[in-house]
Amino acid sequence: MSAGALMLPNIPSLGRAVDPAALLEPGLDVAVKKRLADAALNAAKAKGASYTDVRIGRYLQQFVITRENKVQNIVNTESYGVGVRVIADGCWGFAAVVDAKNEAQTAKAAEEAVAIARANAKLMKEPVKLAPQKGFGEVSWKAPIQKNAFEVPIQEKVDLLLGVNDAAMKNGANFVNSVLFMVNEQKYFASSDGSYIDQDIHRIWPTFTVTAIDSKSGKFETRQSLSAPMGMSYEYLQTNPADKVTGITTRYNKGYDMVEDVTAATRQVKEKLTAKSVEAGKYDLVLDPSHLWLTIHESVGHPLELDRVLGYEANFAGTSFATLDKWKTKSFPYGSKQVNLFADKTQPGSLGAVGWDDEGVKTKRWDLVKDGTLVNYQAIRDQVHIINENESQGCCYADSWSRVQFQRMANVSLAPGKQPLSVNDLIKDVKKGIYIIGDGSFSIDQQRYNFQFGGQLFYEIKDGQIAGMLRDVAYQSNTQEFWNSCTQICDEKDYRLGGSFFDGKGQPQQVSAVSHGSSTSRFNGVNVINTARKI
Amino acid sequence: MSVILSEAEAKALLQKVLSYSKADECEVNLLGEERGNIRYARNEVSTSGSLINQNLAVQSAFGKKVGVATIDEFDDAAIERVVRRSEELARLAPENPEYVGLLGPQQYLKSTGFFDSTAKINPATRADAVAKSLELTRNTRAGQALSAAGFMEDQRGYNAMMNSKGLFAYYPSTNVNFSLTVRTEDGTGSGYITRGYSDFSKLDTAAATRIAIQKCLGSVGAKALEPGKYTVILEPTAAAVLLENMFFNMAARNADEGRSFLSKPGGKTKLGEKIVDERVTIYSDPTHPDLPASPWSGDGQPQEKVNWIEKGVVKNMAYSRYWAQKQGVKAVPFPNNAIMAGGTASLEDMIKSTQRGILVTKLWYIRSVDPQTLLLTGLTRDGTFYIENGKIKHPVKNFRFNESPIIMLNNLEALGKPERVVSTESDNNYLIPPMKIREFTFTSLSDAV
Repeated sequence: MSAGALMLPNIPSLGRAVDPAALLEPGLDVAVKKRLADAALNAAKAKGASYTDVRIGRYLQQFVITRENKVQNIVNTESYGVGVRVIADGCWGFAAVVDAKNEAQTAKAAEEAVAIARANAKLMKEPVKLAPQKGFGEVSWKAPIQKNAFEVPIQEKVDLLLGVNDAAMKNGANFVNSVLFMVNEQKYFASSDGSYIDQDIHRIWPTFTVTAIDSKSGKFETRQSLSAPMGMSYEYLQTNPADKVTGITTRYNKGYDMVEDVTAATRQVKEKLTAKSVEAGKYDLVLDPSHLWLTIHESVGHPLELDRVLGYEANFAGTSFATLDKWKTKSFPYGSKQVNLFADKTQPGSLGAVGWDDEGVKTKRWDLVKDGTLVNYQAIRDQVHIINENESQGCCYADSWSRVQFQRMANVSLAPGKQPLSVNDLIKDVKKGIYIIGDGSFSIDQQRYNFQFGGQLFYEIKDGQIAGMLRDVAYQSNTQEFWNSCTQICDEKDYRLGGSFFDGKGQPQQVSAVSHGSSTSRFNGVNVINTARKI
Repeated sequence: MSVILSEAEAKALLQKVLSYSKADECEVNLLGEERGNIRYARNEVSTSGSLINQNLAVQSAFGKKVGVATIDEFDDAAIERVVRRSEELARLAPENPEYVGLLGPQQYLKSTGFFDSTAKINPATRADAVAKSLELTRNTRAGQALSAAGFMEDQRGYNAMMNSKGLFAYYPSTNVNFSLTVRTEDGTGSGYITRGYSDFSKLDTAAATRIAIQKCLGSVGAKALEPGKYTVILEPTAAAVLLENMFFNMAARNADEGRSFLSKPGGKTKLGEKIVDERVTIYSDPTHPDLPASPWSGDGQPQEKVNWIEKGVVKNMAYSRYWAQKQGVKAVPFPNNAIMAGGTASLEDMIKSTQRGILVTKLWYIRSVDPQTLLLTGLTRDGTFYIENGKIKHPVKNFRFNESPIIMLNNLEALGKPERVVSTESDNNYLIPPMKIREFTFTSLSDAV
């Protein structure tokens, strides 16, 4: 449904709380996992399943949560179990078992999954059509991390966050909250296609919110961190100058300087209190990648999920304006000629990067919108035949061993412009515009036409110059109009990732982490509203 | 043994956990639950599942150093291990200056939230409830082929807690939520219904489905109206997602700190001030028969009937025990339910008394735009209709709104009879009346159906 940012001390965790040292213990040996998986594969086959996959998952999470000079919470969680999915009598069935340590347990789960498939088959009209997939044998994939965050002592993380808070308070913030999220997914996948895939995935998200209050007027403002959640580990917090993008404020690429950003944020949040309130009207928008990722996520990533297009998410997240008939014309103008949007499950450092997806498909990159025209969707093995493909695109995911895997958004990104273009050169041609940095409020309709976005920092552009900070800004547009108003995209030197840890979809809801890359881009004549009200 | 323990079983288990404690203070929270769900789309069951969950959380404290560890196995060795682990974590933890120690024994109100009808739901009951819905949407006698996507989830379980100062609390509860979107096959119409109950025998999926079908067929052929300020009638499902943003923001600490819609210049708050129309009263009451809730909060404080807004005036804000101590006032826990008082008028009566206005079935994708004013944005969805001279004239295209529940409740025209509703954003159940509001701000049109 949406990419929510979470800044609460009580984090919904997916596992049981454990000692931090337990997060460093190795999981089961790969040979043991293979035995557990084979037991399930054999049991399902014996009961008549025509296809089976087994996911053995160990999910580790650590959160360090602070405000001002206090540590509010340190949470360490671990979740381990096995999920078995089968096709029997042409129908899907799924069963899961927590803490499975022996073959009898996984075999029993497989038998239960077959029983559920057979029961559900009675209500089914059309059998599942599964795209063929070759087996890969015994293979593995590891995220290319340099410093495992779980090996960094808690005290060092606490010191980092309290140092961030200290920098904010010393510079005059009224309040500051800071959080460090770390995730490690150790996933083993085996299927009756002959794959045994062992993967090790890491994610990290350092973030803060600084608050400034003008007690005379009673006004308050916040400025959130310009970090991105990344498919990296603790190396994301070790910055070097090459990872910094300087300008009106410093933004970050593959390394994030949290103290530097909070210092800038504290200055800016005070400036926001007295900034000029925007005059509503049409503006040319210059959108930084730290902002544009969320617009891409909502207006491109979601509407091009094939299960939404088909109606499987109609009761919650909704359907899509990008219907099959539009795609079939091969000429639907999703955006202007400059606009190339692609899906990718391989980009190093991205949240969606894995070697194979959760149904054993090797990951890849593919085009969604090419030179402005809608060319493809995101689809998995049981739906890809609907778009005349015989191979899944490899974007199947489940947020836990205990949940059924389904189609989830790949990293969907805007390709950088092909001509050399810097941010300064892009801004200098804008007569009346607003430069937006950082993501803020976001809302979009259930078919992904009409959206409204806020941001963290808004700067007025007058005759090619930045003229000062604005407040109370939100823009409203229609997906197709918006992408067709894209006139310029900076080159690959400005290409950066943004993303979300908490993209929600499905009933019961599952979360997924996904990145979106872009370079600073210009959109002409977009409707801006003033959001100031009095109560 | 079932994961749902009786009061006596829970008490015995909690006493055993505490017997292992060597900390200055120890508090144990225990829960057990079974959940089941069934999902359908394109007129077919798509997935079904169940979940059994039990969890024991032990919080140990040495002075102000606090550690929490949890476990989902309850044998003696596991219990002793989890107590020891919480003690190790407490010794390693930095001092928590906001730790205020444990409460002694408390008296709680009686609230009945556990219903056998819901506790007994099984896969066959779920399939039957959905079959009654599918029977209606698969039937094309309406003249239009329809496509249904729905979800039903039921839960039965209990929460219990005990601490080393002698506090013990136990509360069993059940709940079932049902939601359904019916669309025309050609995608020109869409209707929605949601229902939530503690008692499954009150859920009539066929009746609910008929309403969703009626909304769906009625929404075909929507006409565009200019965005602007309109009188609206918000059905309780639509009103709930706006009002809950008020409920979530009743914390005294944020108000005192100057970063809440309840803050005022000079470090003051709006406690005691009239902020909305005098017909608005919002309260919580764990014993309400139509919305029973646990009579104790997660830290063992008794939940009593509390008026948050009374005749338009802010009567209470939520004070954590720490913040209450610091401010020298009585602690008031965040409530376990929320109820808005209303009148006696039915939705039909409210439509009849409307000259020109818009009937809103559902609001969708609600996000905060400005926490200072509680300004929210979102869109209408699945049934938006133009009312003229007391009658529904025609469906209208969906709108985006930018509005604050505080401004909205100042522009109140009329309140109807409260109904139990499910928030389409949070899944929380509330008792909310339908409400007529003047000058509700629609800022743009959406093509979405």
